[in-house]
Amino acid sequence: MADLEYKVIVGLEIHVHLRTATKMFCGCELAYGQQANSRVCPVCLGLPGALPVMNKKAFEYSVLAGLALNCEIAKFTKWDRKGYYYPDLPKNYQISQYDLPFSEHGYIEIPVEGPQAKKIRITRAHLEEDAGKNTHTSGNYSQVDLNRAGTPLLEIVTEPDMNSGAEVRAMAVELQRIVRYLGISEGDMQKGHMRFEPNINLAITKDGKEYRTPIAEIKNLNSFRALEASVNYEVVRQLDEFERTGKVMVEGSKTTRGWDDAGRQTVLQREKEEASDYRYFPDPDILPVVMTDEWLGEIRGRLCELPLKKQMRYVADYNLSEYDAGVLTGERANAEFFERVVEAGGEPKRVCNLLTQMGLKVANARDCGLAELGLKENDMAKLAKMIEGGDINASAGDRIMQEMMVSDKGPGKIARELNLIQKSDAGELEAFVEAVLAENEKAVEDVRNGGKKSKAARGFLLGQVMQKTKGQANPQVVNQILQEKLKSK
Amino acid sequence: MKKIDAEQVRKVAKLSRLDLTDAEVQEFSGQLSAIFKYVEKMNEVDTDGVEPLAHCLGVNNCFRDDVVRQSLGVEKTLANAPERDDEFFKVPKILDDNSGA
Repeated sequence: MADLEYKVIVGLEIHVHLRTATKMFCGCELAYGQQANSRVCPVCLGLPGALPVMNKKAFEYSVLAGLALNCEIAKFTKWDRKGYYYPDLPKNYQISQYDLPFSEHGYIEIPVEGPQAKKIRITRAHLEEDAGKNTHTSGNYSQVDLNRAGTPLLEIVTEPDMNSGAEVRAMAVELQRIVRYLGISEGDMQKGHMRFEPNINLAITKDGKEYRTPIAEIKNLNSFRALEASVNYEVVRQLDEFERTGKVMVEGSKTTRGWDDAGRQTVLQREKEEASDYRYFPDPDILPVVMTDEWLGEIRGRLCELPLKKQMRYVADYNLSEYDAGVLTGERANAEFFERVVEAGGEPKRVCNLLTQMGLKVANARDCGLAELGLKENDMAKLAKMIEGGDINASAGDRIMQEMMVSDKGPGKIARELNLIQKSDAGELEAFVEAVLAENEKAVEDVRNGGKKSKAARGFLLGQVMQKTKGQANPQVVNQILQEKLKSK
Repeated sequence: MKKIDAEQVRKVAKLSRLDLTDAEVQEFSGQLSAIFKYVEKMNEVDTDGVEPLAHCLGVNNCFRDDVVRQSLGVEKTLANAPERDDEFFKVPKILDDNSGA
């Protein structure tokens, strides 16, 4: 194999379903998993005389996303018709935005290895309508369900700024966090709320010359796993193809591929001739939108601290690990619950441990958020303080927290009732230690003699004291007393 | 020389999924050329300093609130369908499905 270096270049197109109650251009309800064709009206059917009218909330949600993605919001934006010839959009065109999208020139910051976030430039984001759903039956026909036709769809296009499958995945995950934080989409992959289309090629340096492999676009990926895997697969495939054929990017060399999940490979899709001739023209049915400073300011007021900022703040201000900060900021409501407990006086690291372990375990099992577990912020702060102060140990903390979820009692009361308060009083514990030492002369001997057995014997003595106190002794205090006693005799 | 020749008519017909006979191609070539020539008159207008028009009404910001309205219901929705399969529209099998908005 000749000596070569290569760089992976990926741009991404993402479609996001907006979480409105109704469709983009008509009042049909957006509902997933309902009886086929039960959410359809003359606008969805493209019947003559039907007039589509824009959903204001869908437009404002889009602008909010544009702002979160640091885009310039257009003062004037309009809608166009894009030629479309599948029965899942019976108008024979899709209402989309062509030359004057509502937002352009932004960027998204994604977490990558190292302390700095990486900026991925956003080319544009525009608002359009989704198509319905075609089902290919075993017979010689297809079934069409138009319930999804007309769902508000935010299309985001990035510059080719990602350089690995992992970065593409990080970008997708970050975008999901952002749209969920903003409340503009559920971002539920299972329900097809987010679909990805990466454009991939390689810049190969060989014998001092640079070559670009033909771009492959992978259509319609709807899981993070498939997204990352398809990019990684393409890298290997394109390298191999270049080495075998020397094929480079030329006009018209771009291909469209699909992801075969079972075979874990991309597959070439048959191209329609002149498929890219969409024959856009301005849609006379849809009126343009003029954005005023006042309106934009109002929408800007609905922004919140974005997840990556929050995550980095948790690491910097609260000393949490990247991992813990990532887990806590996964869902906005969870992060805000954590912040309220910290505000109520809980030491962040202790609160984090309680919430990410017992808290999220129960919340995930119940399919709810931390705020819906019946935990009061003040009580959680108190509980964290009890652990911090050594009144209870960490496992007792979990036990008390479980109890707090089902009762109105405070953590102190629960701890007393369940006998979980640690004995930290040195005077009281000394008596227990004395007794244990008297009963276990052999072990005491082993500790004092040092050597191999010393450590095990020390552990054994600690265990005996814990047993005598029914596990209520603060092990750190017991250890201190043990150390003193074993030294002084 | 016609403005819209036979080749262009065939291209447009293909994009529109229309099957035209050779006679029709000739006929439409003539008709489309005439229309084109007529519209070309517009080029005589001096448009220096005139902003391109995005919409002829000059009205902007027409929205509706995000409130659910009654849909047609499955039966009415499918009433005009050439063929149906239970509650679905039944269409000729889509072979190379590149659908999806």
